[in-house]
Amino acid sequence: MAEVKDSQPLEIQKREYQKMVQEVQPRPTVGRNVFWAFVVGGLICVLGQLLLNFFQGRGLPLTEAGAATSTVLVFLAALLTGLGVYDEIAKFAGAGSIVPITGFANSMVAPAMEYRGEGLVLGVGARLFTVAGPVLVFGIVTAWLVALLYYFFR
Amino acid sequence: MPAPKKNGLQTVWFQNPPVIISTATIVGSKEGQGPLGHTFDKVVEDNYYGEDTWEKAERRMLKEVMQNAIQRANLQPQNIDCLLAGDLLNQIISANFVARDLGIPFLGLYGACSTMYEGLALGAMLIDGGFADYVLVGVSSHNSTAERQYRYPTEQGVQRPLYASWTVTGAAAAVLARQGNGPVITHATIGKVVDLGQNDPMNMGAAMAPAAADTMARHLMDTQRQPAYYDLFITGDLGTYGRELALKLMQQKGYDISDRFSDCGILIYSPEQDAHAGGSGCACAGVVTCGYLIQEIKAGRLKRILGVATGALLSLCSYQQGETIPGIAHAVVIEGR
Repeated sequence: MAEVKDSQPLEIQKREYQKMVQEVQPRPTVGRNVFWAFVVGGLICVLGQLLLNFFQGRGLPLTEAGAATSTVLVFLAALLTGLGVYDEIAKFAGAGSIVPITGFANSMVAPAMEYRGEGLVLGVGARLFTVAGPVLVFGIVTAWLVALLYYFFR
Repeated sequence: MPAPKKNGLQTVWFQNPPVIISTATIVGSKEGQGPLGHTFDKVVEDNYYGEDTWEKAERRMLKEVMQNAIQRANLQPQNIDCLLAGDLLNQIISANFVARDLGIPFLGLYGACSTMYEGLALGAMLIDGGFADYVLVGVSSHNSTAERQYRYPTEQGVQRPLYASWTVTGAAAAVLARQGNGPVITHATIGKVVDLGQNDPMNMGAAMAPAAADTMARHLMDTQRQPAYYDLFITGDLGTYGRELALKLMQQKGYDISDRFSDCGILIYSPEQDAHAGGSGCACAGVVTCGYLIQEIKAGRLKRILGVATGALLSLCSYQQGETIPGIAHAVVIEGR
């Protein structure tokens, strides 16, 4: 067992304490998390596919049907966030509800609601992207890098 | 000549132990549904408490408990010599704004979740030092105000790790007096800031456990007492895993307190309430002490306890800049009289 003695140098105390924390800390329930992420994430994708088929069946071309599908999913996620349901789903769905486009909608609506008290401009306006901002920045940077690689190596 | 009321390195003792003549508590609905629900004065079901922001709701709770505590002591605000209060929000706005409304000479405290005991220790010193007849101590925290300051927007869909704690919504206040009826404060041990390199802001129990163990062991050394002298060692908000760590650290310092060591954060929620490791926040140690613990002492079921409120002294800024999380713990001996 890790031993943290006051007589030890601080660096050793820290290292031993870290070991002790690892021993005590509960293991994350990876199996269960992965299962629910797969189920919920999968269901969101199934819903997306159904919507896509519906819009295509109504005569929209593929790209426009895709846009309409995204719009509906984003709307639903925003609505569920507003009703206080989305975070309850995410509690057990984890990545399953964060990765799809609905998670992106949630990450914008949640701060918008949160900072409403600080006003529309400096509250909602300034804080809307606090969570989604990094996703956009690094998403765009990655796309740019991939495009650059494609340009030189195709 | 050494300070006459100092005992050992970090402990002070009180010649005329100040009396906790009244207390008041208020909690949110989750705390009301917990195992200690019946020990609180009031349970507020509305997260906003009729206000338009959570910050104002927290403030309203703090003001209400302070007024109740003063009233129960049969006093008026002008009788109180000093108000010691604090909370978790930036620039301790809850305490500042309540102090504005109450008009009592005010010293703002920040000890993160240890603030209640920081206040009890300082208040007892003011009284036994002869600087005050009555001191009002108060703290508050609110789950939604703390979440948005330290972590994510409340409606953000995130999975909390199993070792995370849940900030208690509530407020607590106590009036300390030179004389009167009630439990007394006989000793206080002022904690040192201890940092053993933990850096996960979700795992506050692990960050604070070394400070808790340090203060508890120091108290026993300073007073030359054995753990059996106390009916209960109770920390503020270490949670399930933090308590276990503190217990191990105490064992390595040569003290076995396993049969008499609990934690306010563990007591306040039941495992079914999905709070994971337990409760945290200024109000956690506050409401459990001013509610459950004082009631148990008054009923004679506990005679002498060592309350040790723990605080994690981080900010979002310090964490984002890669700093580790320093912890602190202040201990106060409360005895039935």
